[in-house]
Amino acid sequence: MVSYILRRVLATIPVMAIVALLVFSLLYIAPGDPAAVIAGDQASPADVERIRQSLGLDRPFLVQFGAWLWNILHGDLGTSIFTNLPVASLIAQRIEPTLSLMALTLVLTILVAVPLGVVAAWKAGSFVDRAIMAFAVLAFSLPVFVIGYLLAYVFALELEWLPVQGYTPFAEGFWPWLQNLILPAVALGGVYIALIARITRASMLEVLQQDYIRTAHAKGLEQRSILFVHALKNAAVPIVTVIGIGVALLIGGAVVTESVFAIPGLGRLTVDAILRRDYPVIQGIVLMFSFLYTLVNLMVDVTYTLVDPRIRY
Amino acid sequence: MPVPPGLVVAPQLPDLLRPAKVRHGVLGFLRNNPTVALGGALLICLVLVGIFAPYLGTVDPTALAPAKRTRAPSADFWFGTDLLGRDIYSRVLYGARVSLTVGLSVALLASLAGLAIGLISGFVRLADSIVMRFMDGLMSIPPILLAVALMALTRGSVGNVIMAITIAEIPRVTRLVRGVVLSLREQPYVDAAIASGTRTPMIILRHILPNTLAPMLVQATYVCASAMIVESILSFIGAGTPPTIPSWGNIMAEGRALWQIKPYIVFFPAAFLSVTVLAVNLVGDGLRDAFDPRMAKSL
Repeated sequence: MVSYILRRVLATIPVMAIVALLVFSLLYIAPGDPAAVIAGDQASPADVERIRQSLGLDRPFLVQFGAWLWNILHGDLGTSIFTNLPVASLIAQRIEPTLSLMALTLVLTILVAVPLGVVAAWKAGSFVDRAIMAFAVLAFSLPVFVIGYLLAYVFALELEWLPVQGYTPFAEGFWPWLQNLILPAVALGGVYIALIARITRASMLEVLQQDYIRTAHAKGLEQRSILFVHALKNAAVPIVTVIGIGVALLIGGAVVTESVFAIPGLGRLTVDAILRRDYPVIQGIVLMFSFLYTLVNLMVDVTYTLVDPRIRY
Repeated sequence: MPVPPGLVVAPQLPDLLRPAKVRHGVLGFLRNNPTVALGGALLICLVLVGIFAPYLGTVDPTALAPAKRTRAPSADFWFGTDLLGRDIYSRVLYGARVSLTVGLSVALLASLAGLAIGLISGFVRLADSIVMRFMDGLMSIPPILLAVALMALTRGSVGNVIMAITIAEIPRVTRLVRGVVLSLREQPYVDAAIASGTRTPMIILRHILPNTLAPMLVQATYVCASAMIVESILSFIGAGTPPTIPSWGNIMAEGRALWQIKPYIVFFPAAFLSVTVLAVNLVGDGLRDAFDPRMAKSL
């Protein structure tokens, strides 16, 4: 197992290299002159030239890519055009709210979606099953900001149970931190819950038809332990895969959720960078999240071997 | 024919099951698949609203009227007016054009590109390993962020939004098509075609392509739904269509500052967007169930 995990970790390096190459190439494949676009319509030719130099667009592709990659390997993600601060420290300042939001959403999603999917599979075809699946289609169709505004309107403005917006750092206490994050996490989790509930149901339906489940029933085991121990364990691989893939939804959705709930995280940094056309910041955020996403899926692959001893590569 | 002695004739069995009613044609298909019919009907209504927006009691969606700012919905302004006094009803109806254009164009372009790349990589071993490593890398970049990065490098326009979202969606279609191609290549009838000397382009055209269409069509509906959501998100965070074009994301972005006191500015575009995406998803789910009844039971 150790050698498998080691090989899997090593196999991630070329993927990350390709990701870095792709993110870097965006500057070159975008139609038109990126330096002119970033400088804006009022910029003088000298400004455009200055930005072209700071982006390295005046140097050959490979030379610039090499220099850029070298910097990244040393933790240097470039410098913001607007604030002249290192992108890495800008990201470090804003990362806590975003990671908090994503972690809470992930926990919430798994706690809600997996039991929903298991119940739907157990009661397949019943009213409960149909209700859960109808909810899933609905949650799929509601964009994250729509759910966000609805929740904020009902639970913050009308009922006044929770704060409308803002963020409290974790260091100032668990409860204030949680209070501010509940609504954003539910909003962000909507699509994700729908996705995981559906895949859990599908995977469980397949497992529940197998002989050993009938044997477990015949032995007189409790329904709950059959569903959540015997069946879920064997249905886990596709579920864990989709939890990993779904993190992409979480990353994209977090940017928007932070705008709706005024959370000062990486989403706000992204939106500000878009307004100012601060491309190095956007590039740094995209690269950071892509690496994070690749790492999450690496962890998912490693988890397989722990969940399912049959898997040996 | 006389029955020989000693032979017992099996008794006529009663009809326990009524014969399945076979329905033909488009209408029959829709009656068998009410989900597709419902989603399709909603979608057609929305397309008609988009096309005939100028004739549905709308005014110029960009006309400013500073004297009539932020009016609540009324008989004069059905959905109210925004910060600059523009009529939200007109803006929302014209916004349908942007969302539907982006959704349908991305679905079409990403499907065609994904189909071409998927077919090539399913058939050409050398291309396969290179293309799929490339696609793995592309899929590791969260689609919304990829679109944001591309939009930051280009001027905001509907065309550029379509391009950015298409690039982000291509890997998913490619993977699907490649998977279908690889499993079809193992089919006996493909072996038979190869054995009888059919040339590769003909095999692709006659034997592989038709079988990829059904899963592709289902995938295309999901790409369409996802593209409409991504478009609204891009516009909402200021990386999408330029603010001069009334798109649902733009209307919501403009209403964002005031949403606590004037929630209707955000509400109407949000409702239209949700219904449109729901309609597309219903069509997709219905088509999936119709094309693959085995999947229908499990998902």
